[in-house]
Amino acid sequence: MSSDLSQTQHHGGPKLYAGVLAALLVLTAITVTASYVDFGSPAVNVVIALAIASIKASLVALYFMHLRYDKPLLSIIFVGGLFFLGLLLMLTMIDAGTRASVPYWNSKPPAGGPAAR
Amino acid sequence: MSRTDAGEPFLQHHFATPEQQFEAGKIGMWLFLVTEILLFGGLFVGYGLMRSRNPAAFSEAHHHLDRILGLTNTVVLLVSSFTMVMAVHAARTDRRKRLVAFLALTLVFAGVFLGIKYIEYSHKFHEGLLPGKFYSHKGDTVPGQFQFFSFYFMMTGLHGIHILGGIGAILWVLRRSVQGHFSSRYYTPVDLVGLYWHLVDLIWIYLFPLLYLIS
Repeated sequence: MSSDLSQTQHHGGPKLYAGVLAALLVLTAITVTASYVDFGSPAVNVVIALAIASIKASLVALYFMHLRYDKPLLSIIFVGGLFFLGLLLMLTMIDAGTRASVPYWNSKPPAGGPAAR
Repeated sequence: MSRTDAGEPFLQHHFATPEQQFEAGKIGMWLFLVTEILLFGGLFVGYGLMRSRNPAAFSEAHHHLDRILGLTNTVVLLVSSFTMVMAVHAARTDRRKRLVAFLALTLVFAGVFLGIKYIEYSHKFHEGLLPGKFYSHKGDTVPGQFQFFSFYFMMTGLHGIHILGGIGAILWVLRRSVQGHFSSRYYTPVDLVGLYWHLVDLIWIYLFPLLYLIS
């Protein structure tokens, strides 16, 4: 068996990496431009910004982090982590959405700081 | 460290082959990265919660951030991810001088990122745009902007600490690269530090639009 690790791995080369970097920079320009456009509701802007960020994150994970060429187990670990992050986000929002009347935040900074003096 | 096999000086005795050792290392690194995602995830969830409760304050407060500096740092970090993956590629293809050069370049970009962050932070400190009870900015028309800066400093601060950790890790592999430890037969540390560095980049990809680009 060859002990040369590069023989057993298929990865991209410099050309692919440069292409990914170019795509990331273009997407960055798009997300900045999109933030100046009024899509009717601020929520739409957030969704668009997060969608573009997720495309960028996928490019980084697939090519720079080699997930596309690595064993599926690594992708499963990664997506598994994202699944639990999704659970955390979803259940927190559901919980918060059903207790809107509880004023657990306020608009004044906590006392004791320079603003209070 | 066991060095029973003269041909594979970095193969630990409990692994059968270098491939097995490399794969095991990657699994361990990805598990660690997932815990990092969940660590930052808590802050992202808190941010989402508070922003949905107080959208006007978040929108108003984010105008205190400099988009040009934020964009510059985004580009710097994306390019540093590119130089990092080029360093991994250089190690994989036995180009040791290129490996050292690309690791050094990555360090330079990491330094530029922290330099810009320093400029941003000192501006915020000067204006009193600080988290929680330390917020002392005068003349706000929208109340509650201290909430935004609590998240801004916690999220970019934790991210900045990760950049510092990444610099330390890159310095370590750079030192070992200069010593000639890495080749296509063994470059696990370069690959794993690369994974870590890309994750730090990945988190910034979300921080940039959420903090700097609230329309």
